[in-house]
Amino acid sequence: MRARLIQGNEACVEGAITAGCRFFAGYPITPSSEIAELMSLKLPELGGVFIQMEDEIASISAIIGASLTGKKAMTATSGPGFSLMQENIGFASITETPVVIVNVQRGGPSTGRPTSPSQGDVMQARWGTHGDHPVVVYCPTSVQETFELTVESFNTAEMLRVPVILLSDEVIAHMRERFVPPENIRVIDRKRPSGGDYIPFADDGSGVPPMADFGSGYRYHVTGLIHDETGFPSEDPEVQRKLLERLMNKTERYRDEITFVDEYHTEDMDICVISYGSSFRSSIHAVNELRKKGVKVGCLKLKTLWPFPGEKVKEVGETVKKIVVPELNFGQIGDEVRKYTHIPVIGVNRYDGNLMRPEEIKNAILEGVN
Amino acid sequence: MIDRYEMRLAGSGGQGLILAGVILAEAAVLDGKNAVQSQSYGAASRGGASMSEVIISDGEILYPKALNPDLFLAMTQQAFDHYSADVKDDGLIVVDSELVKDTSGVDSEVIGIPIIHIARNLGKVIVANIVAIGIITSLTGLIDKKTVEQAVLARVPKGTEKLNRSALNAGFEAGDKEVNG
Amino acid sequence: MSGIVREYMRESKLPHLLCPGCGHGAIMSALVRAIHELGLEKDKTVVVSGIGCAGRSSSYMDFNTLHTTHGRALAFATGIKLADPSLNVFVFMGDGDGAAIGGNHLLHSARRNIDITAIISNNSIYGMTGGQYSPTTPEGFLASTSPYGNPEPPLQIAETVASAGASYVARWSVFHIKQVIRSIKEGFETRGFSLIEVISQCPTYFGRRNRLGSPSRMILWQKENSVPIKKSMEMSEEELSGKFVVGVIARRDREELTRKIYSLRG
Repeated sequence: MRARLIQGNEACVEGAITAGCRFFAGYPITPSSEIAELMSLKLPELGGVFIQMEDEIASISAIIGASLTGKKAMTATSGPGFSLMQENIGFASITETPVVIVNVQRGGPSTGRPTSPSQGDVMQARWGTHGDHPVVVYCPTSVQETFELTVESFNTAEMLRVPVILLSDEVIAHMRERFVPPENIRVIDRKRPSGGDYIPFADDGSGVPPMADFGSGYRYHVTGLIHDETGFPSEDPEVQRKLLERLMNKTERYRDEITFVDEYHTEDMDICVISYGSSFRSSIHAVNELRKKGVKVGCLKLKTLWPFPGEKVKEVGETVKKIVVPELNFGQIGDEVRKYTHIPVIGVNRYDGNLMRPEEIKNAILEGVN
Repeated sequence: MIDRYEMRLAGSGGQGLILAGVILAEAAVLDGKNAVQSQSYGAASRGGASMSEVIISDGEILYPKALNPDLFLAMTQQAFDHYSADVKDDGLIVVDSELVKDTSGVDSEVIGIPIIHIARNLGKVIVANIVAIGIITSLTGLIDKKTVEQAVLARVPKGTEKLNRSALNAGFEAGDKEVNG
Repeated sequence: MSGIVREYMRESKLPHLLCPGCGHGAIMSALVRAIHELGLEKDKTVVVSGIGCAGRSSSYMDFNTLHTTHGRALAFATGIKLADPSLNVFVFMGDGDGAAIGGNHLLHSARRNIDITAIISNNSIYGMTGGQYSPTTPEGFLASTSPYGNPEPPLQIAETVASAGASYVARWSVFHIKQVIRSIKEGFETRGFSLIEVISQCPTYFGRRNRLGSPSRMILWQKENSVPIKKSMEMSEEELSGKFVVGVIARRDREELTRKIYSLRG
């Protein structure tokens, strides 16, 4: 396939459509609006639906509704809109409705800096809605990866019946870069019931119950209340415990299939940079330059932020002397890294609305190194 | 073999510099190279300052923004004053000679070309960005001229091909004149 | 329980958790009766509800049922209807759910004129949380958060939705249950958004606190204080004070959203 120059947000739309997305509901917000604009152009041609809702709460509600009818559905937003969506991210989690939520991060809190990049929503993506809940968060570092991880977002949402969040940022979303559509793309569809008695939330052994489309002949109840296997509300403590354990266990049980970490120069490294999103681009630039000078530094690229690849971090912590974590925030992943290692973890944190410069990371790598 | 070549195009909103950056990056990709294009947003898209960056490489482009541009196009005095210090010492600065009068205080080579004037003579000031693409193509020699023309024609509105082709050629010519002295 | 109701209710989920004398149950029965009389297939019918006493209704009805978050039933329903226009979509809400936290979705559903039939059981109180005043509690009435009398004027739900563009809007009360059934049917058959507001009674909180008497007394109050729309036109604002207008408030032939969305092409 021929290479093209496209924007990150455009790659997101292409990935979504390739993965089978045929329903988009959204509300305009910088720096994600190109996703809605392109969806409004492309979906009608494919027999899909684009709808601009009255706010972000309505947008996530509409995609959950659409998903219940069997459509693959997505919304896209940025910080303020993502905050408004939180309650229904929990609803998607407890009702096990596959949806994809794209959050193109911008400077926060509140209205913040709409046109500047940030990685400040990492913890919100994990814990933004109330209560313990399963969620998967992917984070692209390039236009190409935005396409690939959007496809994976749908695959994981369908496979595990969880909401999946694609955490992009202003730099990755707006830059134009060489993109080559991959061949042999794997597309996963949700498991549907195959006749017989349908107990909608009963574990079939996989931890992920088959899901019937509304209108397909399986009438069942869907509620955000704690419910039993039949889908109806229950106040039985045992039912609650079992439901929450099954929900939380979905991302644990399939962790290997949904956790993507790329390694660079890790074979002989003494120092490891753990990086994600746009700041990975600064990190790998710094690492490659120092490698040329003989510094034994390597890099882990976290394409999956949640579930957090803690085991990998633990492994790295046993062989290197120091870990550097560059982030466009005050250290949200840095603190997570510290949970898995006792060696020094140096945060390189920038929150002035600019992408980190490789120099800043080089300095942190070299500090204390002769 | 281009390791990493950074360009920054800056001026005022409405000069078409973001599109110029996109076209240069598209031409590079058409030419089989890697390219990353980015821009500054905000007030920029509504008539304030505007800045577009293009990085071209035969290899992978890691850091996606310009660190020290190899080439800087300044289409206003303000843009020159704001960004000229970032340019590499052996880099090249191209200015619109009518709009940027004071080019003192930089070590890099500065080339003044009346870009807007050239465009006006072709009949439309708005093709100044295409003239600039032609100049940059000639001065850098990074991308094949035919490929650049293809990229320009793929982006401009239907019916304006002739005008844009002459603008590009005028740019090629002005750039070549500088190269050949 | 009549045969029709039994056919459409999930018997194993009964008895419901509604208080004795609550109006929601009667309106729920009216809904299933209307669905029966319309001859709709259960498998192709969806009932969406929000949070509150009325919100619990969806779990008792034997359709594809969705019990959403507070206020968002219409937004979920919009996704369902647009994603699969072959489904018959009904939304069951209370006054707090539909007109306060969900008020914006109500306006925009009416503006879009999406082919959904919505019912608001309006009992002028938040029952589930213990009797706080709602956007339809009349001024001066008592609630657990208006112990000195409600200082706010109420929202006229039906008129608001009519002016926002819905194809069909009616208001009745539990006393007018036959008309409620008829209006649900008419609303469903009118293309576009339809809203049936039903003035309902909450004997437990609204009735007791405001000394309105037994549930049957409250239903009689509905009879005595309802004014048919025709008659209301000849009455002064003063004469209408404390009363509510019943009848079909709006009925118009207006294009519906779903078909328009599916005919969009480049």
